[in-house]
Amino acid sequence: MTTTPADSAVGARSVLAAETSEGTQELARRGATDPRELLREEGAVLRLPEGVAVDPGDIVFESPEDETMIINLGPQHPSTHGVLRLMLELDGETVLRTKPIVGYLHTGMEKTAEDLMYVQGGTNVTRMDYLSPFYNECVFSMAVEQLLEIEVPERAQWIRMLMLELNRISSHVLFLATNGLDMGATSAMIYGWRERELVLAFFERVTGLRMNHNYIRPGGVAADLPDDWRDDVLDICEVFPGRLDEFDTLFTNQQIWRQRSEGVGVISREQALALSITGPVLRSTGVAWDLRADMPYLHYDEVEFDVITGSVGDVFDRYAIRINEIRESIRIVHQILDRMPPGDYRIQDAKVTPPPRSRIDESMEALIHHFKLFTEGFKVPAGEVYVAIESPRGELGCYLVSDGGSKPYRMHIRGPSFSNLQALPLMMRGGLIADAVAIISSIDPVLGDVDR
Amino acid sequence: MGLESLNHNFLTGTLEDFVKWARYRSTWPATFGLACCAIEMMGTGAANFDLSRFGMEVFRASPRQADLMIVAGRVSQKMAPVLRQVYDQMMEPKWVISMGVCASSGGMFNNYAVVQGVDQIVPVDVYAPGCPPGPETLIHAIVTLHEKIRDGEITRRRETTGAGAGIDLGDTGRAEKRLALGGRRR
Amino acid sequence: MAPEEEPAEAVSAETPGDDETEPERHAGALVTRSRGQEVLHATRETYLETVEALKEEGFVMCVDVTATDYLERPVRELPAEIAPERFELVVNLVSMEPARRVRLRVQVPEADPTAASLFDLYPGSEAPEREVFDLMGIRFEGHPDLTRILMPEDWEGHPLRKDYAMGRIPVQFKAAPATR
Repeated sequence: MTTTPADSAVGARSVLAAETSEGTQELARRGATDPRELLREEGAVLRLPEGVAVDPGDIVFESPEDETMIINLGPQHPSTHGVLRLMLELDGETVLRTKPIVGYLHTGMEKTAEDLMYVQGGTNVTRMDYLSPFYNECVFSMAVEQLLEIEVPERAQWIRMLMLELNRISSHVLFLATNGLDMGATSAMIYGWRERELVLAFFERVTGLRMNHNYIRPGGVAADLPDDWRDDVLDICEVFPGRLDEFDTLFTNQQIWRQRSEGVGVISREQALALSITGPVLRSTGVAWDLRADMPYLHYDEVEFDVITGSVGDVFDRYAIRINEIRESIRIVHQILDRMPPGDYRIQDAKVTPPPRSRIDESMEALIHHFKLFTEGFKVPAGEVYVAIESPRGELGCYLVSDGGSKPYRMHIRGPSFSNLQALPLMMRGGLIADAVAIISSIDPVLGDVDR
Repeated sequence: MGLESLNHNFLTGTLEDFVKWARYRSTWPATFGLACCAIEMMGTGAANFDLSRFGMEVFRASPRQADLMIVAGRVSQKMAPVLRQVYDQMMEPKWVISMGVCASSGGMFNNYAVVQGVDQIVPVDVYAPGCPPGPETLIHAIVTLHEKIRDGEITRRRETTGAGAGIDLGDTGRAEKRLALGGRRR
Repeated sequence: MAPEEEPAEAVSAETPGDDETEPERHAGALVTRSRGQEVLHATRETYLETVEALKEEGFVMCVDVTATDYLERPVRELPAEIAPERFELVVNLVSMEPARRVRLRVQVPEADPTAASLFDLYPGSEAPEREVFDLMGIRFEGHPDLTRILMPEDWEGHPLRKDYAMGRIPVQFKAAPATR
């Protein structure tokens, strides 16, 4: 590589030039090298004479005491949970200041949403927080339904709750897997994915896809549950507690895990509230704020579950909260199993729900409705609304503005990870780089949510 | 099948075949998971679908140690130079699997923010469709790549097309770097 | 009860208690209801005071700061005292005890797209305000680091504005091309 040395060091007196295939490489004469350069890499060329060991005591140079180093972590890095880039200001290995740089996954989804009909909106939104796709679809559908002022049938709401809670389980299990991997426990990855495959297999049976389902749509859900869904869900619920106990044995009571996570990445209650942190990160500081309990939606006010909070606000608290939230979700799923009502899985309003395919051959009206709904889409009355639900990462909100047409005028998704990442600089200050990795992992950001 | 396989088995094959065998039996992927496809890629590496049987369970963090870059996810405009830089740091021979429709063609995001196909930036060997492609599809893509390596088509193609589409990413403001690895850009 | 569906003209919004001459106010801002949700309308001048008053009242968290470009909808439902502008800044606040939400809408003109930053009140608004600046072009006075956050630093233009094209490449489709 051709580098031009600092002018002060060489000036016009460089006499040594080597011809390489890359061009001319100028070499400074040894005597002409500034002493400071001897102990620094400039332009990645270390100008030390060969075969000579430099004793720092021999060289007279001034080093400012507060010299810190700025390094770049990411965006391509195995432990940044996606394409998060961090600029860390380090003093040795201690992290002083941090700047999270995002935008490496910006997909223009909010702009795309203005071009898609409401029934297609789910496909766009579901890919934002790709670890909890049902949540994105649900919040978008709920916003559309509130603008339409329609009531979703009972069974559809309970099906939504079932899928949401199973999705919370699969998302938190993935957190356990990646958290373990980031802290060095590769077995967590293997175990976590084994658990996740059980839930994904059920999703595939119900929705047809393992991820990014577009199953929850305005008006209800896309299709009814298969006939033997109870057996599948019971299998999941029976297997999980034992597997979670395995995780407990592997991590919760283990010295290495505890030392790496206790006291690391502490954030206080006031700081979390000021920084718009929500979800398990906020609950780890002791604030018992869970939208399912405090601002209930769907039928969360009719099921019993506990809101898990931590006390210290460190990495261990967040891990413990999430693993216990899986247990609470299993508890909720058991209750849904008992209480699932029969009925419609989608509102029977012909203006919103397309007719069943078999009816298209029989009825002209059904054909027209099908045609209109899939080419033009249903029109939503003008207005604006903000709806929020509790996703595994925090408050997931959808601000939807409609102009009376069949496409949103403006759709904004309030991603929980976008705000949660603001906690990173505070949590990392004073810690080591290894702690930085643990802290990012404990926030559990999904960059699709951050960048949209 | 029968006689051909006799000619090219471990004991009697030519050195070239041996080298190709070594290459496709242990293509180490570089971690380049971007979005949802990365989750399915991790799922493929996990126990249920297991990339370890192909010798690929070690996802190398450093591109210097990797042979294969599985571009898993949508590539945004901000990420494109990073993608190219990581690709350039990989040592020859190297391969690229474009996983998912977003990496192959921009997918459902035909807009200002997403690069419409990662082959605008790096040469792609195998395209895996799906949104996201399930682990079976990804394994099919990997096995296709292995067959291509075995047939030697890759090494032939590399010489003709060089590296990438010749896209000049412009001045990034840093001191000019001449990277000798991964083909010549100028 | 005042009807929710609004006519196409920008008539004064029906607010609860509409018989009195004094429209309903909350923390100094006019109140309307949108699908049952409380929406406050403040001017750019009273914006910061209103948010301060709301924070005093118990809205501990600023959940979201976002903006809408009403270039294609200059006529819309707003209280009579509020003049519609091209941009609208939308701030969502949440209070925990009692659990309730409030939304604040501020009109920002196109000729001078600036507004006060909420950073001193709610440090968590730093990233959302940067996003609004990046994608809509509204500048925030008092923001510590107003730079692009989602687009590359040297990007020109504000993608979420209505006069910014989608940026799609032409593809071979038999269907009609998109309207925008």
